[in-house]
Formats: sequence, C-alpha cells, structure tokens
Amino acid sequence: MVTRREFLKFTGAAAGTAALTSAAAVASTGHSNLDPARFGVLTDVTTCIGCRSCEWACAEEHKLPHGALDTYNDGEVLQTKRRPNAEAYTVVNRYLEPARGDEPLDVKVQCMHCEHPACVSACIVGALQKSPMGPVTYDAWKCIGCRYCMVACPYQIPAYEYENALTPRVMKCTMCSERTLEQGRPPACVEICPVEALLFGSREELLKIAHERIDQNPGRYHPEVHGEHAVGGTSWLLLGDRPATEFGIPKLANESPAVLTETIQHGIFRGFSGPLMLFTLLTVLMKSSTDKRHGKGWSEQDEEDNRNQDGEDHHA
Amino acid sequence: MPSRQHVDGSAALTMPKGAMPAGAGRKAAAHHERPAPLFGRAAVPFFTPGVIGITALAAAGLAVLAARLVFGLGAVTNLNDQYPWGIWIGVDVATGVALAAGGFTTAFIAHVLHHERYHVLVRPALLTATLGYTFVALGVCVDLGRYYNIWHVLMPSMWQGNSALFEVGMCVCCYLTVLYCEFMPIVCERFRGHVNLPGLLRVFNGALEVLLRVIDNTLGRVMNFFIIMGVVLSCAHQSSLGTLMAIAPSKLHPLWHTAILPLQFLLSAFAVGLSMVVFESMLASRALKRAPEMPVLSPLARIIPFLLTVYFGSKVVDMANRGSWVYLQEFSLRTVSWGVENIVGIFIPMAILLSHRLRRRPAWLFSAAAMVVFGVALNRINVFVIGYTPPFSEGPYIPAWTEVLLTAGFIALLVLIYRLFIFLFPILPDEEGAPHA
Repeated sequence: MVTRREFLKFTGAAAGTAALTSAAAVASTGHSNLDPARFGVLTDVTTCIGCRSCEWACAEEHKLPHGALDTYNDGEVLQTKRRPNAEAYTVVNRYLEPARGDEPLDVKVQCMHCEHPACVSACIVGALQKSPMGPVTYDAWKCIGCRYCMVACPYQIPAYEYENALTPRVMKCTMCSERTLEQGRPPACVEICPVEALLFGSREELLKIAHERIDQNPGRYHPEVHGEHAVGGTSWLLLGDRPATEFGIPKLANESPAVLTETIQHGIFRGFSGPLMLFTLLTVLMKSSTDKRHGKGWSEQDEEDNRNQDGEDHHA
Repeated sequence: MPSRQHVDGSAALTMPKGAMPAGAGRKAAAHHERPAPLFGRAAVPFFTPGVIGITALAAAGLAVLAARLVFGLGAVTNLNDQYPWGIWIGVDVATGVALAAGGFTTAFIAHVLHHERYHVLVRPALLTATLGYTFVALGVCVDLGRYYNIWHVLMPSMWQGNSALFEVGMCVCCYLTVLYCEFMPIVCERFRGHVNLPGLLRVFNGALEVLLRVIDNTLGRVMNFFIIMGVVLSCAHQSSLGTLMAIAPSKLHPLWHTAILPLQFLLSAFAVGLSMVVFESMLASRALKRAPEMPVLSPLARIIPFLLTVYFGSKVVDMANRGSWVYLQEFSLRTVSWGVENIVGIFIPMAILLSHRLRRRPAWLFSAAAMVVFGVALNRINVFVIGYTPPFSEGPYIPAWTEVLLTAGFIALLVLIYRLFIFLFPILPDEEGAPHA
C-alpha cells in the first residue's frame, strides 16, 4: 500500500496533473483519526421557518453583539442574502422561487465542519484543529492572523476582526465545542430551534435519519444529503428539497481541496527526499564543473558575443 | 560621504581570504599576485532630486505602517471576509519573492556551474535578494493580524507540515539566514583590518576586528554549503508559493488554478531571476552614470528565452490538458490580464532576446528584461489578487490608497537602502578595473 502510494506520488510529481490527481485519490484514504462516534448536526432545510432564533442563541452563547430574542423574528432581514461575519457565526437566508410555487426555503448558514478541513490543512501554526469528535476548533492564542484559512475554505465561512488592531480573531462557528465536547450537550442553535429543523447526534446516525426521510418522502426531498460526500464529507449535513447549489452552497468536488496541496507537499518533502536529491546534485555539479571562462559550449559563444560587441563598439 | 577611493575586493565570494585592507590599493593587490578587484563602491553624490522623492515616498509608506499598527488592518485596507488577501500579499510577498530570484539563479550559474565571467553580477543580485527577502518578511508581518506571534512558526510544537504556507515560511526564514551569511563576507571585506569606531566606542575596535576575522574565516570554509543551500531553499519555496493557491480550486480562476502551479512558479522564477539581474544592473548603471555591463549581460540574457519557453510550455500543456483555454473566449478583466501576462511578459521579450543583434543593444535588452519582470509580477498578482474569484462576493477587491502607498513606500525604502549599500560596501563591479583582465 505504502509503496504504491509512494510510487503514485513520484509519478505525480514527474508527469503532472493526471498522475497527481490519482496519487491524491490514494493519499486521501486513511488520512483521518476521526472517531467513528463523532458528532454532527443535520439541518432539514425544508422544516426551517426562518425565525432566526438560532442566530440569537448563537450570539448569546458566544457573547457576540445581539438584541433581544423577539427582535429576531423580523422577516425584513431575510430580504437580503447575508453571510456569516465577525459578529455572527450563523445567519439564515430565504430563497424564494415563485416558479416552483413552493413555500419559501429558509437556510441556515454556518461552518460545515469538514471531515478533512482545508482551513486546518492550511493553518500555518495549527491554530485550527479538527477534533476527532467533529468540531473544527480555533485557538486564537496560537493564531498569527495570516488568514490563509479564509482563502482555503471552500464554503467561504471564516470571517476576520479587521477592525481590531491588536488581537484580531478568526471568527466562525465552533459547533459550540465547549458544550458538545465537554458536556455532551447540543449546540445552542440546535437547542433553541422550535421546529427541530436542526438535529444533533452522531454523524452516522444523522446520515441514517436523513436517508430514511428521503426514502419515506421522496417527493419532499432531494435524494442527496449535502455533506455526505462533498469536499470529502462534512460534520454538518444538509437535507433539502433541491440540490444544495440552489440554496447558497457553492458547487464543490467530492474531494477535499486539501488533498491536492497535501499530496504536493508530502510528495516533494517526504523525508526531505526532494531537497536532499537537489542538494546532492548541486554538490556534484559544483565539484565537477570547472572555470568555464576558457571552456567549451556557452563560454565560446560568450567570447564570440563579446568580440561582436567590441567590433560594434569600435564602429560606433 | 563617498570618495573616489577604491576598496579592494576578493575575487569571489568563495575566496573571502583574498580580502585586502582598503588602504592597500590596487598596486598592493597586484604585488600579492591576486586577481584585480572585481567590486568597488559607488562614487557619485548620494542625494539627487530623484533620491529625495524616493525618500519622501518611503516616509509616507512608513506613516501608513504606523496607522496600520495603531488602527488595525480594517482602517487602512479594503480587505474583507470575501477577499482576505490583497496587494500586501500579492505584491509585497508573492511578487517580492519572485523578483528576488536573481540571487539564487546567479549563485547557481557563477558558483555552482563556475561561469566565472558572471561573478561580477553575483554581488548586486545577492544584495537584491537579501533586501528583497527582508522586505518580504516585513511585508508579511505588516499583513499579519497578530504579527507579534510570528515566532510561533518556528516552534516545533506548532509546526504544521500539511500547510504550504508553513513550508514557505520556514524556507524563507532559512533562506534569509543563508542570504545574511552570504552577505557577511562583503561586510568583513569592507571593515576587516581597519575597524575604527569613534570616541569611547574605540575600546571595542580590537574585539570587533577579531570577530570579523573569525566570521570571515569561518564563513570562508562553509560558503559552498551556504551557496548550495540557498539554491535548494529557493527552489523549495518558490514552488511552494504556487502550492499556496492550489488549495482554493473554487476561488482561483481556472485560467490559473492548476495542480502544477508550483512547477509554473518555479519555472517562472528561473526566468525572472535572470531578467531581474539584467534589469537592475542596467538601472544601477544608469543611476550611477556608468556604461551598462553589456559584455556580461547580453550573454546572460541569451538563456532567458529558453527558460521562458519551458515556462510557457508548461502553461500550454496544462491548459490543453484541463481544457481551460475555453475561458479565453470571454472578454473580461481576467482574460485581458492573462493575455497581457503572456504576450507582453513572455512572447515579446522572447522574440527580442532570441535576436543576436537586439540582445546587444542596451535599450532592447533593458526593455525585454523589464517585460519579463513585468510579466512574472503580473502573473503573481493574477494568481493572488485578480484571479481570486470567491463564490460569494459583494464586488471586486480594489486596494485602498493606503495599501498602495505602503507597498510603494516599502519599494522606495528598498531602493533607498540598496543605494545606501552600494555606497557603503563593495557591491558593484569595480568601475575602473577590468573584470577579466
């Protein structure tokens, strides 16, 4: 297995894109140390009523700026599409499609807690970590503020405290890791949801529930659970009446974006083999080549160049 | 400050023992049967109207830096959650690293392949690389939200080998160290044998003299190691800089996003490294009212079209492979930028430099080198800024005037320090000496 992986990586480096991608596919297996019983959240988008209680509960839990709960039940806000930002880890957006004649579709947006997160792979100091139990957590103390995680995130979720001059943080949903990991309680948004549009539990169980709902009610649901396979799987799963790309999820591959970069990195730098080979080659070159001033090849051309040049100068 | 006094120089970095006291002069060198000095100090007035303008620009840039430190990134940049990286990363860092590639490319040709005639180019290129990377590091720190945590990158407990940025960071750190080590012999050559501190500080003269001798002698023995390490580290991080954006396939425009981005970054670094050497050598000659080093630069420039061909070849094969050429059918800022990058930055200079005749005309050579520099700089800006198309965007990122001013100010400061160094240290080919006498 390892030999094949190595081999594929080697050809990947040599032959380019095609080989690299196949190497990546191999490298992605056996990547994780995820717990089989890890947590997840299932959003049943069709159930959500757009009350935005989850937004309030989240702000309350994470001490983000917020008003009273009753001010959140305001349909006006849903007129515009919003994104999570430095002051809100989660927002609800409304999708109205008159052509379908359906009820409006309300969709909660937050970090998807990828199984193989690009942000964690990108983080230069390991400030972002994937907990074996599911949540992608952030340690502001380690963070240097390079914002590469924001570049890497395929869902474009992490936000930044640009206005904070001294201690800016990357801001994103934590899946309430303090509650979920330490107390086994559901995240604040799940706890407050009045219609059980959000379910907290083991990811495996949630996937089962999602597929049961699809099987029992095929007219109501799109047959695909977003997050089961997208970007290598996510801990947060979305069940909707249409493809996720129609309610604000970007079109994404079934492989984590981190697979490509990790394959390149480890392909070149595994055991420092690439740099060591180059070092040896250069040492040999340095020892074996001598002063080329009066040698052959290039240098003869050089001299010729010079003679021509001198000639020209004399004419000038 | 500067006089027309000559300072003896060692013939090559690898022979720092050849350093001579400044007062000894050329006769002494000849007497000891050493090669004629290659390098001397600049000998024109330091301040000119242009230099005063550049100083003002540098000061303005530093004022923006102060504002950034006091009021934060939000106050002086147009960065937001959609566009986390702007020109400070795209220009100051990514382009800065590419344009400092002259250091390792000349070191490779002159010291690894031993093409002795190019030795005269090594020191100016080394100075550019040293200053260039210093400003890259500075540029990174300015852009970091928590710049004071930069040391975390060096802590083994926080190493993160999956991150291409970690690889870039470590390599740049190591390479900066290597560059300073490669530069030290020049400092030793300048001061060894005549350290003369004023006033009370003169009690340190003896100790400093010993220190310089120890540094000089130690580095002399291990310089070959540093030179090779410099090339290895450069190849590693020039390519990893391309890996950086490979992690964002849904954000970087398909005209640029490819799995071989690191290879393309490395190949373009080779081409731009040599072009930069030609470009700045000719700029320096003009600024110091000297004749351009055509006998060395034209033959060096002959290599550039081949490097450009390999670079462009990797682009064509990759585009055909991915079918991404279809995106060229639309007319947008991105396709225009791609076109300019490849036509002005690759095709035209390639045609000029392939011509035996044009290569030896200073104006043509300079234009071609400048176009390659421009083309690779635009490539980096395309990959990091213009080609960055996040799925949720409230309009394009346009840098704030303060961002532009800080970038311009840093470049001005770099030029200023470069000028200062060629007056202080024996960097440029000795004006009156014949390099290959």
